[in-house]
Amino acid sequence: MAEHIIELQNVTKYFDDNLVIDNVSFYVNKGEFITFLGPSGCGKTTTLRMIAGFDLPTSGKILLNGKDISLLPPNRRPVNTVFQRYALFPHLNVFENVAFGLKCKRVLNTYRNDEGKEYTKKERLSKKEIREKVEKALELVDLEGFEKRSISTLSGGQQQRVAIARAIVNEPEILLLDEPLGALDLKMRKEMQIELKEMHRRLGITFIYVTHDQEEALTMSDTIVVMADGVVQQIGTPIDIYNEPSNTFVADFIGESNIFNGTVVGEKKVKFCGKTFDCVDDFERNEPVDVVVRPEDVLMCAPEAGALRGTVISVVFKGIHYEITVQVGKYEVVIQSTESRKEGEVIGMNVAPDGIHLMKPKYTSNVFDGVITKHNTVEFADGEFECDVTQLYPGSHIDEEEYLVTAAGEKLDLTGTEVKVEIGLNDIEISDDENAGGTTGHIISMIYKGDHYRMIVRTDGEDEEDFVFATDDLWNENDRVSVIVPKDKIRLTLKHPEDKKK
Amino acid sequence: MRLHFSRKMLGIPYVVFLLFFVIIPMLIILFYAFTDREMHFSFANFIQFFSDPTKLSTIVYSLVIALITTAVCLLIAYPVAYILARSKMKKKFVILLLFVTPMWINFVLRINAIRELLSWIGLLGETNYFNTILGMVYDFLPFMILPLYTTMLKIEESLYEASADLGAGGFTTFQRVTLPLSMPGIASGITMVFLPSMTNYVVSDMLGNSKVTIIGKFIYEYFGTNWHMGSMVALILLIVVFLSTWLTGGLRENETVRGANL
Repeated sequence: MAEHIIELQNVTKYFDDNLVIDNVSFYVNKGEFITFLGPSGCGKTTTLRMIAGFDLPTSGKILLNGKDISLLPPNRRPVNTVFQRYALFPHLNVFENVAFGLKCKRVLNTYRNDEGKEYTKKERLSKKEIREKVEKALELVDLEGFEKRSISTLSGGQQQRVAIARAIVNEPEILLLDEPLGALDLKMRKEMQIELKEMHRRLGITFIYVTHDQEEALTMSDTIVVMADGVVQQIGTPIDIYNEPSNTFVADFIGESNIFNGTVVGEKKVKFCGKTFDCVDDFERNEPVDVVVRPEDVLMCAPEAGALRGTVISVVFKGIHYEITVQVGKYEVVIQSTESRKEGEVIGMNVAPDGIHLMKPKYTSNVFDGVITKHNTVEFADGEFECDVTQLYPGSHIDEEEYLVTAAGEKLDLTGTEVKVEIGLNDIEISDDENAGGTTGHIISMIYKGDHYRMIVRTDGEDEEDFVFATDDLWNENDRVSVIVPKDKIRLTLKHPEDKKK
Repeated sequence: MRLHFSRKMLGIPYVVFLLFFVIIPMLIILFYAFTDREMHFSFANFIQFFSDPTKLSTIVYSLVIALITTAVCLLIAYPVAYILARSKMKKKFVILLLFVTPMWINFVLRINAIRELLSWIGLLGETNYFNTILGMVYDFLPFMILPLYTTMLKIEESLYEASADLGAGGFTTFQRVTLPLSMPGIASGITMVFLPSMTNYVVSDMLGNSKVTIIGKFIYEYFGTNWHMGSMVALILLIVVFLSTWLTGGLRENETVRGANL
């Protein structure tokens, strides 16, 4: 079994009142190349900074080789960082930059005194040792002979190499890399990816890499940790993550995807886009599922030979392949193929069983805790909505004084009653008129599902509740909207049914 | 012939200014410094200056006062500038403003206020050198804080992090990152405090109870009686100033400091 060099246990981090890391736990095996991948603001850099010691977790523990280092300052951790914008010391030349860490270092040397007794002394490294180590590190990054050069005379790629040399010269147990290739051009980035991978192989130390570039993550990593919204979405090898994304977010973020709503209709049979397909995942019958099909897994054929048939609506040349969008009934299917098709052409399409990935939908309905207010409205998710309270008591009605009269003729004042509020995925609308709905929020996620968008709106108040729903309209992420729920679509149940008789 | 207006012509007003207010006066000083009352060329002023112990001691006193003033300003300004530059406080410009606003109040008024204060405490006329230095520190402190603050503001937070990441503790980071990177600010702060505190005799006159004579006072007095000697002292001061600028310039390493000439 591999050794866990770093382990995060229930780590949570707040910046002021903002939750950036939400109860994250995972471990890193000794010697592996692990990548934190996610969109900006997902918490990947903060996680890295907590391992480096620049930020401290609000709660939870970070273990290094089993020892708690959560509160240890960065200068006492055996890790080194390659910073996003290199952070080289401008007043020092290449040699002095690389030697910086070595000059801070104290090593324990063992000596024998005249009586033959051993004793140890904490000593600085000698000038000769430092020179040798620096030269070796510069050689490793192909910068021999650059010792005397000033930092400002170096190109971006060379500065990058100095930053790497400056970190690895200290022989850290873990090398942390914070989007180190972000500032380089594409060609340079590809070269450095290969070199970093090679360096990892030669040094044999653990690399923790942060990037928002999924291709980079897939190319370089042994393990990928996909993060979004301060939460780990999936941990796995690049192949696992690409082929078996655990939810639609991962599928959407890693590579291109067609995502559809589907239903399981038989043993290893799933229905989506109006047709039934064979698949390899087994789910319970009649269960709603998210279906992910990679564009390269959609195979084009003659119209009559395909399980699906549709009209090509756009063809875009992408270099290695064409991206072809096909309208199949009300659904859109995206295909990647080396063959081209003409716009307006009718084509058939097939998907092999192993090209169809099913996943349990993360959201099937919206559930909130709510409280009934004075006027028989319900308060939840930072807002107040009109609702039908008579559904709580079968056969009841509201009298003219706004009291609820039960079937037995009993008069009840429901003010303050705690209820569970449930709203279906298709029962929510949004509007850009802030006063149109019961609460306001901003759009935090939008995923296209062939014929509609699945949208998540997070409320602005302190509840920070999420509304998940389907919509036909295209909005923008971070748009501020108000959330509208029709009165008859709010399903209420009593939270404490035992209260009923009061 | 058409008149061609070239961009260089925009410099004409300044060239005229330079000629009448810089170059010609300098030549006049040079001329007076090396002539006697009969306008004959002579080294007499030069020899006389360096053979007169009171004149030499004035130079030494001026230098010492300026050095102490500069050192005290640096000691006060450096930590403040460091804290302000690194703090994430939203209202820090208020604190900065508090340091700078005295500069906008009339200089003579400020010195008079200190004078009143000292006389009220009973120090006026008692501790002349202390009073002079106190007045100068009070007067020149903002000129030290501003360049220091602007240089330190430019030091990226990631450099402190990199230093800690590489194993440096707080003191090592100060020694090997903060101090060297704030050198340009220190240099321009020193130039902006050291030079005026050698020549600003208004402070020494008013707070030193006219017992403290600095080199600037000297020049002023000679120009009342002996232009030749006055010019020579001015010339010597010029050389001292030039030397000290050159010395601190070594710290600067071609860096230009924002706000250095605020």
